[in-house]
Amino acid sequence: MHPVCILLVLLSCFSVVSSGTSAPYHGIEKYAEEYPLPKLPYAYDGLEPHIDRATVKVHHTGHHAAYTRNMNAALKEWKNDDTSDSLSRSSLLRILQNLQDIPVQYRTKLRNNVGGYVNHALYWGCLSGNQGNRTPTGTVAADINTVFGSFSAFREKFTAEAASLFGSGYVWLSRQSSTSATAKPPLVITTSQNQDTPISEGLRPVLVIDVWEHAYYLKHQNLRAKHIGDWWALVDWEAVNVLDGWWAKMDVKVHEDL
Amino acid sequence: MLASRLFTVARAFPKHAALGCLVPRLKHTLPDLCYDFNALEPVISAEIMKLHYTKHHATYVNNLNITEDKMADALKNGDINTTISLQPALKFNGGGHLNHTIFWTNLSPSGGGEPTGDLMTAIRDDFGSFENFKKELSATTIAIQGSGWGWLGFNPVNGMLKVTTCANQDPLEPTTGLVPLLGIDVWEHAYYLQYKNVRPDYVKEIWNVINWENVTERFAKARMEKLQ
Repeated sequence: MHPVCILLVLLSCFSVVSSGTSAPYHGIEKYAEEYPLPKLPYAYDGLEPHIDRATVKVHHTGHHAAYTRNMNAALKEWKNDDTSDSLSRSSLLRILQNLQDIPVQYRTKLRNNVGGYVNHALYWGCLSGNQGNRTPTGTVAADINTVFGSFSAFREKFTAEAASLFGSGYVWLSRQSSTSATAKPPLVITTSQNQDTPISEGLRPVLVIDVWEHAYYLKHQNLRAKHIGDWWALVDWEAVNVLDGWWAKMDVKVHEDL
Repeated sequence: MLASRLFTVARAFPKHAALGCLVPRLKHTLPDLCYDFNALEPVISAEIMKLHYTKHHATYVNNLNITEDKMADALKNGDINTTISLQPALKFNGGGHLNHTIFWTNLSPSGGGEPTGDLMTAIRDDFGSFENFKKELSATTIAIQGSGWGWLGFNPVNGMLKVTTCANQDPLEPTTGLVPLLGIDVWEHAYYLQYKNVRPDYVKEIWNVINWENVTERFAKARMEKLQ
């Protein structure tokens, strides 16, 4: 093959690999005129046999896509309405961290749809069909042991919260706000209703399960406990540590800015 | 002889749980469904009806009974902390049982169309037209975030009809003071297997099975109670 062709093939392989490693939540920390529906890091059947293809497809192209559309529309309306409002031209993260500063006529719509957009991006980002990353590992696993005593104690508590949440919502493992540029803040389990997010409480989520019925009804109907079991089988602990590191990089930036 | 008669009478009229429970409390049970699981097809599939009734509603009933037993014990022991901590479960499961019991009667295989008589008059008075009312209840119900119910309620204070919503299984009357006349369940389990994420289609179709006779009965009863 001509050397230039070889180079082009190599370059296109590299771009496929690097776009394949882009997490679904990348971009929520930067302002954009409009936000795309994040690509999943796997095919629709990539989470089989745990989460079925039909569920992943409708969850992504139905629910997550609707939050994306509605969020973009609400952001546009808000920006057009008040060209001086800097919060409307901030990142999605900043918007979620400052919900109380959104004008009241847009607040509920943005809370629900920015929340829905970001929550689903984080949910997809913690999972994979990669069998190699099933063991809790890295800093997150070590900190889980410190805070909860053992991984199984953590898993039991997290599972109990997920099973008993009333209505629609999520269960989260998050780090509390960073008070130091060097030490890792402690981990905490919280729950949220509807599309609320611990990001709005100043927390930095590293692991999340969606327990809205649409996350499991096609496969498990009313049996949420089975979905929770499926979800544990899909948690990619490397991805969880990557997410943890992603937050830390932003904290470093904040400290530098200060 | 007399002792066994007294016992029979006592069992027929159980004392309130708070009074120390000398007699077993009557358990809540699933109400009878007045139609087959497939009776509301094609609007609501038999698969959904069966799951909704035998799994979801049944679970609320079971968990309500369990919660009430725990509450009876806590009350008997003067354990205020436990009594209070059981309240979310009581609201959730009690509300779930109340709401679904109303819902099954609000639907009928021979339902649909429009109400007549006093109920229609009241709808026209309070909403302008039946179309306006239908649009308002549909839009409000579709817009519910997460799990909840859309309601047509009767305000016993001013005698007017009102459209509103409740989150999760919050029961209408204790939450808002409105008497429930017609409820639309928009928890995803009510429609997902058939309509997936397209809640608006489910809400559009359900109007074809609304049992206006039942809604009218509830309205008449609520109005009469207001007059008293």
